[in-house]
Amino acid sequence: KTQVAIHFLRSLPLLSLSKLPLHTFSHYNSTMHSSLSLSISFPRTSPAIARSNYTFELSLVSPSKPLNLRFCGLRKEAIGFSQLKLSESHRVLVSSRRHSKKLSASLSDNGSPPKSFDYDLVIIGAGVGGHGAALHAVEKGLKTAIIEGDVVGGTCVNRGCVPSKALLAVSGRMRELQNHHHLKALGLQVSAAGYDRQGVADHANNLASKIRNNLTNSLKALGVDILTGVGTILGPQKVKYGKVGFSDNVVTAKDIIIATGSVPFVPKGIEVDGKTVITSDHALKLEFVPDWIAIVGSGYIGLEFSDVYTALGSEVTFIEALDQLMPGFDPEIGKLAQRVLINPRKIDYHTGVFASKITPAKDGKPVIIELIDAKTKEPKDNLEVDAALIATGRAPFTKGLGLENINVETQRGFVPVDERMQVVDADGNLVPHLYCIGDANGKMMLAHAASAQGISVVEQVSGKDHVLNHLSIPAACFTHPEISMVGLTEPQAREKAEKEGFEISIAKTSFKANTKALAENEGEGLAKLIYRPDNGEILGVHIFGLHAADLIHEASNAIALGTRIQDIKFAVHAHPTLSEVLDELFKSAQVNAHVSSPVSEPVAV
Amino acid sequence: MAHLLNSSFIPSSPSLRRHSIPSSPSLCTPRKPQIQAKIREIFMPALSSTMTEGKIVSWVRSEGDKLSKGESVVVVESDKADMDVETFYDGYLAAIMVDEGGVAAVGSAIALLAETEDEIAEARSKASSPSSPSSSAATSASPPPPALEAAVANLAPSPPATVAKATVTASSVHPASAEGKRIVASPYAKKLAKDLKVDLSGVSGSGPMGRIVAKDVEAAAAAGSAAVSTTAAEVPKPSGAKVAASPGIELGTVVPFTTMQGAVSRNMVESLAVPTFRVGYTITTDALDALYKKIKSKGVTMTALLAKAAALALVKHPVVNSSCRDGKSFTYNSSINIAVAVAIDGGLITPVLQDADKVDIYSLSRKWKELVDKARAKQLQPHEYNTGTFTLSNLGMFGVDCFDAILPPGTGAIMAVGASQPTVVATKDGRIGMKSQMQVNVTADHRVIYGADLASFLQTLAKIIEDPKDVTR
Repeated sequence: KTQVAIHFLRSLPLLSLSKLPLHTFSHYNSTMHSSLSLSISFPRTSPAIARSNYTFELSLVSPSKPLNLRFCGLRKEAIGFSQLKLSESHRVLVSSRRHSKKLSASLSDNGSPPKSFDYDLVIIGAGVGGHGAALHAVEKGLKTAIIEGDVVGGTCVNRGCVPSKALLAVSGRMRELQNHHHLKALGLQVSAAGYDRQGVADHANNLASKIRNNLTNSLKALGVDILTGVGTILGPQKVKYGKVGFSDNVVTAKDIIIATGSVPFVPKGIEVDGKTVITSDHALKLEFVPDWIAIVGSGYIGLEFSDVYTALGSEVTFIEALDQLMPGFDPEIGKLAQRVLINPRKIDYHTGVFASKITPAKDGKPVIIELIDAKTKEPKDNLEVDAALIATGRAPFTKGLGLENINVETQRGFVPVDERMQVVDADGNLVPHLYCIGDANGKMMLAHAASAQGISVVEQVSGKDHVLNHLSIPAACFTHPEISMVGLTEPQAREKAEKEGFEISIAKTSFKANTKALAENEGEGLAKLIYRPDNGEILGVHIFGLHAADLIHEASNAIALGTRIQDIKFAVHAHPTLSEVLDELFKSAQVNAHVSSPVSEPVAV
Repeated sequence: MAHLLNSSFIPSSPSLRRHSIPSSPSLCTPRKPQIQAKIREIFMPALSSTMTEGKIVSWVRSEGDKLSKGESVVVVESDKADMDVETFYDGYLAAIMVDEGGVAAVGSAIALLAETEDEIAEARSKASSPSSPSSSAATSASPPPPALEAAVANLAPSPPATVAKATVTASSVHPASAEGKRIVASPYAKKLAKDLKVDLSGVSGSGPMGRIVAKDVEAAAAAGSAAVSTTAAEVPKPSGAKVAASPGIELGTVVPFTTMQGAVSRNMVESLAVPTFRVGYTITTDALDALYKKIKSKGVTMTALLAKAAALALVKHPVVNSSCRDGKSFTYNSSINIAVAVAIDGGLITPVLQDADKVDIYSLSRKWKELVDKARAKQLQPHEYNTGTFTLSNLGMFGVDCFDAILPPGTGAIMAVGASQPTVVATKDGRIGMKSQMQVNVTADHRVIYGADLASFLQTLAKIIEDPKDVTR
């Protein structure tokens, strides 16, 4: 038992690392910003006090007195610390927890909720969302189990953000070594850079297993029961799980979270053979590097893979159904990104077309792609390529969940939920004690969004009302250079401004003016701020440039905490750092009504 | 430092060479004398040094508008940014020749500016006449439509433009396509074709399933340029082998050097500080020609054979492979790296065959092909063009029988090779015979290499070439 505790402590730094929002593996989605519930019920204290509370609580926080701030960004920051505290005070609890008794299947009492429960919380799906929820549940003292039918870590860790980051790390270095112009400007000489495909593939695979083990160990160390098998809801507060060919087990839980995630979406007419016509699942194994690969879809996934493939020597053809590439991004950022990430590379594209039929390579024939006009459906063109990657987004993985047992109907496969992630049944009523987080609800298909939603749900079931502000959740695309964003795009902000009758302003700064960026000889980039000039509220921030994915958090935290531009512009940034790009950005914004800010310094009376 | 043949071969945009476009984004440089000053063409400006074409984002003003000097007329998207472009003259925007979303090459007319209202109609008729060098929208990466081709032809064509025409007419039409109906070309091949102005319909593909890949486009461009490369200087010659003005040169104009040409110029002047002398030799090539015929099918090129022969001779005469760096000492180079001068797009570059004495002739030939491909794609690494210890320059293919070369600073010797020609010779036994002979002429730095050194080097070289059994070893 002592060993367990030690192991737990050791695994913590890794654990908090793996939980930080470095995962992005989602597709642009029209529902992405559907919940605009800006419920900033900031306590009417001064920010100075709020801020000092924050630090104070962090240093002295204990599991029995958790932070009760409503903002996801802050919570995420806080979790790493509070877990550390938890490790000490809960050590006894952790080591004394026993595996729960497993009941054999008995279907006789379906429909009536049990009186006592095996668990306080059962989570179906051990992806990043489920993992985040489980960790927070333990912190809250809930007896927790997690059901996983496949591998711990889910898409993100095994087939998504994590291995793709390994490939992108390689592609970034390849790009640097191949960019002779850039190297020359730095005074470097490098002769022909090369790579070993298997070595690259192994790096991605090793990273995935490492993170998966960290996740598994952290769950075990905290005393979360990992139940293996496919979870199905039998009735209120009752779930069965089991492997194919074995008898099912039934467990009861006070609350249930569905966190089953998503799978790559493959449109009709496309035959995936896993060799020449592939999804991200296959591509991440990097079994071969084709000379010419067509990528269907130019969202995050497609864009990241185009970065990987072109760095490794492939030529890429994008197939995009909408009229422009990168439709999910702020148009200005998209345009700049296209100039840097698409035009100078060995990439061409067809926009406004669907790939109506894709036939894998066989019998000496190449992969054949039939393109039709997205609007008229007329045949447009045929492509013959060596491989095709289907990156048309992701579809919820909600089949076999037994939702019919509780009168819930999915919508396009997504589990309908309210703003608190509570499941809504076919009649529009809330299903008590049942929640759905992450890709399965389709609110915002990002790994860290799932985790934040999970934490929000745990807050609620442990008695604290909590609504997650999705507009404060950042997103990033890990191309070279990176793209990141939080909040609204400019068109979205303009629409909202018109509807609600306020003005918006735009501020922009260039990486070209940043000392650190110039030192790296990476001056290409733009940061863009969309804000309300009347009160200084930040509506959206978009960054394209070196380390954009790391830079966005200053903005996302500001949105999460409700910090206004007139306050954040006084924050000090180390010089010279890339963070000064945002410093400049905030300073260049013109806020008119300084007085309208709810902020005032505490004054002794 | 400073190898005359090889420093700063920065690809220059052809457009910059063709016309001296003002660096500021201003319009309306009267270009053609036949266009009256009253109606001016508005050209696509060069907004950056790497810009070859620009896309019209939007016309700020519309046809018929009165413009005054300094006003924004059009927003142009270059490879770097969107920029407002302003007019240089007062007048009326008479005719827009490239619509919004359209792409035009730098220097081509995108609109006409009339000085008075009366001339608007005249300008419009000019704009609609077929000779007007406009380019229609070609935003897609598809092979250039005929309109673009026409524009290229009218655009005071640069060498690559001429290439395009030469290619189209020269190569047998064998479009790589599915069922012969359409062109299948990889994304990069399409981009290159656009840059090098190669019409893909005339290119045969060597990629999978007959697909056109980048190297096919490069080869097509090279084949075209070989036909017209007489305009390019093969070897630095101060007198300059100027062939009659090619279609790309406008007579009566002063055209500034490109970066590459500027570097060559500097190196040429620098070379005057080196005391050089020349020694010539006539070598019989019958045996070499026979050998070449025999192994040609294995991909061996004459360039590789000559480089190999020179390298083998240098092994025995290390002083000819040496150089004088400081005016006080010999620098004996540890390896024999043969640089070979190659004419390229208005300049020249010297790819280097490293360790030519040690590498076998077949590998050397393959290496040479790779270097030439890279040179064409402007992807040579510094070590692939500035590590030469001995330079070879061959103008034989043009029928030149004898010439002398300028010594690249930093090296000891350069050998100029003329054409191998059937010659009537008297043999030692008093007969008259016919032999193929070529003249070589070595220029060397007399501070380190003396007359006797060169003479014995040439004697060795002649022996090797006349009995080339060692070359294939």
